[in-house]
Amino acid sequence: MKQSIKGTGASPGLAIAKAYLIKPEEAYTPVQSKVDQPESEAARFQDAVRQAQADLQQIRASTEHKLGADKAEIFEGHLMILEDPDLIDAILEQIRDNAVNAEYALYETSQSFIEMLSQMDDELLRERAVDIKDVTGRIMRHLRGTQQADLSLLTEECIIVAEDLTPSDTAQLNLGAVRGFVTVIGSRTSHSAIMARSLDIPAIVGAGPELRHIRPGTLLVIDASEGILLVDPTSEELAEYREKKTRYDRRKAELARWVNRQTASRDDRRVELVANIGKLEDVQKALDNGAEGIGLFRTEFLYMGRKELPSEEEQFGSYKFVLEKMAGKPVVIRTLDIGGDKELPYLDLPKESNPFLGQRALRLCLERPELFRTQLRALLRASRFGNMKIMFPMIAVLEELLEAKRILEEEKRKLVAEGQTVAERIEVGMMIEVPAAAVSADLFAKEVDFFSIGTNDLIQYMMAADRMNETVSYLYQPCHPSILRMIRMVIVAGRQQGKWVGMCGEMAGDETAIPLLLGLGLHEFSMSAGSILPARELISRLSQEQWSAFAEQAMTLTSQEDILTFVRTHTQGGHQA
Amino acid sequence: MISKTFKILNPTGFHVRPTKTFVQTANKYPCKINVMNKGKKVNGKSSLSMLTLGIGAQDEVTLETDGEREEEAMEALGQLLTQVHE
Repeated sequence: MKQSIKGTGASPGLAIAKAYLIKPEEAYTPVQSKVDQPESEAARFQDAVRQAQADLQQIRASTEHKLGADKAEIFEGHLMILEDPDLIDAILEQIRDNAVNAEYALYETSQSFIEMLSQMDDELLRERAVDIKDVTGRIMRHLRGTQQADLSLLTEECIIVAEDLTPSDTAQLNLGAVRGFVTVIGSRTSHSAIMARSLDIPAIVGAGPELRHIRPGTLLVIDASEGILLVDPTSEELAEYREKKTRYDRRKAELARWVNRQTASRDDRRVELVANIGKLEDVQKALDNGAEGIGLFRTEFLYMGRKELPSEEEQFGSYKFVLEKMAGKPVVIRTLDIGGDKELPYLDLPKESNPFLGQRALRLCLERPELFRTQLRALLRASRFGNMKIMFPMIAVLEELLEAKRILEEEKRKLVAEGQTVAERIEVGMMIEVPAAAVSADLFAKEVDFFSIGTNDLIQYMMAADRMNETVSYLYQPCHPSILRMIRMVIVAGRQQGKWVGMCGEMAGDETAIPLLLGLGLHEFSMSAGSILPARELISRLSQEQWSAFAEQAMTLTSQEDILTFVRTHTQGGHQA
Repeated sequence: MISKTFKILNPTGFHVRPTKTFVQTANKYPCKINVMNKGKKVNGKSSLSMLTLGIGAQDEVTLETDGEREEEAMEALGQLLTQVHE
């Protein structure tokens, strides 16, 4: 039965091994019966709870040992369920008051919680039903004296095929033997998916009922980045995937070596590789990928998907969280960049016929100073918890920058007068995304501590082409000579006045653009977390001095196509110039 | 008995981790602790019941503490409700 099954790649990588099937536990619905001695029935239940506790303590300890304390936290949650008064006391009460059997009381009470949570709107809360099933299933097995397959005893290389894996199943997988797993149900946010990522084994979830036809021992191939499971592959497919797997694993091992290193070119020029983040969860990912800081913290997430403006307190909490988590590494926080394609219905802004050229970002903030001041106060108050830098978006003329800085100073003075602590020195910078500001960057440089070039907007404004409009998207050319020349102007203007220049558009993480940007003297590259390690490895192979000359040469070529070819020619072959 | 209402500021609402901290703290106090959201009232010492409240960002949550050290519990738990968690 050769076939290919699509699912959701939950944890990246490839695996090739034989199927090991985990049969779903037989559905068991206990029958209600009367017990003669409720007190001893209650004691029997408490015994089962204690045994479950012992199991979980052991699982928690081994998970902590294998994966670290934060991954073991989920089992602390499970242990809490075993002490939950509304579950455990309620069951004991039912046994004592109604003289029913422990199995029935357990089933009834846990089922009511499982049902309540399964009906919640929130996906994360629905997932909690799985925890309760996992924990109460464990108590039930101890009550009934039934056994579950012990996944820690698997010794032969295999890919696990299951309906779903509970968190405790997943934590117990013997990683010496298990190469990956596939499940019938589940999504990227399921426990099993999260655990697979922390165990660092390839996994596909939600692959559907077709999995149920797989026979034990069938050869399987998982390609998690494509979300594909091959069942009984042909020998050509097998050869192809073996090679793909070798390449993937080699690349991964190579990149892992770069996590805790500084970024330096072959001729030892230091640059900074930092991450763009848009929500609080992204911070961990940035750190895991070796980010040297945050180069763009988009604050829009605080404002979007809600009915009213976020309060100062709420914003303060989020900024403080990121600053503390980054522990002294630089964090560039961009003030609200709303408008353009990002709308906030509750602000009731008038419809604009051309929103990208309308009242967006700082323009809006200066028009609605109360909104701006709230954000600035939250930022200033958070500033003492880390290395915070403030960045203003969408500045076209100097007056806008000066006005924004004036309001910032004013809020700072007010806070200090109120007795609040504000960091002594906070760097203030601006995005360079409006061509008018870019060509006059030297006039702005005196008034800022840094520039960050926002290429996504800069390119569309320079080319006068909406990059979402497919008919003109061919004009979105980051490596066009006009764009490169403009970037050079900004870098030179900044450096002449001792100000650092970074970039936070997609271009900063683009492997073809990086050599040119390094050559042009860019100091800070801010990109999505996943691009950092490849970029660090790439930069280590490049000579800044040589690329400085190459970049000059590239800018004399007339088209992006020629420039890309030029870059490729000079970067190919591993240890190039 | 004392009762107070708090607004949830945590942008992702009151999920597993905040709930865990809340319940662990609640269990340090001998008094009765009830939490109310959207007309539903549960035991603040039970994490499962707390989760069934489905507390989201901007929800107004009422906290009741009743008995020994009720003031202290109100202060500690009120702070957890309004704090920003991971």
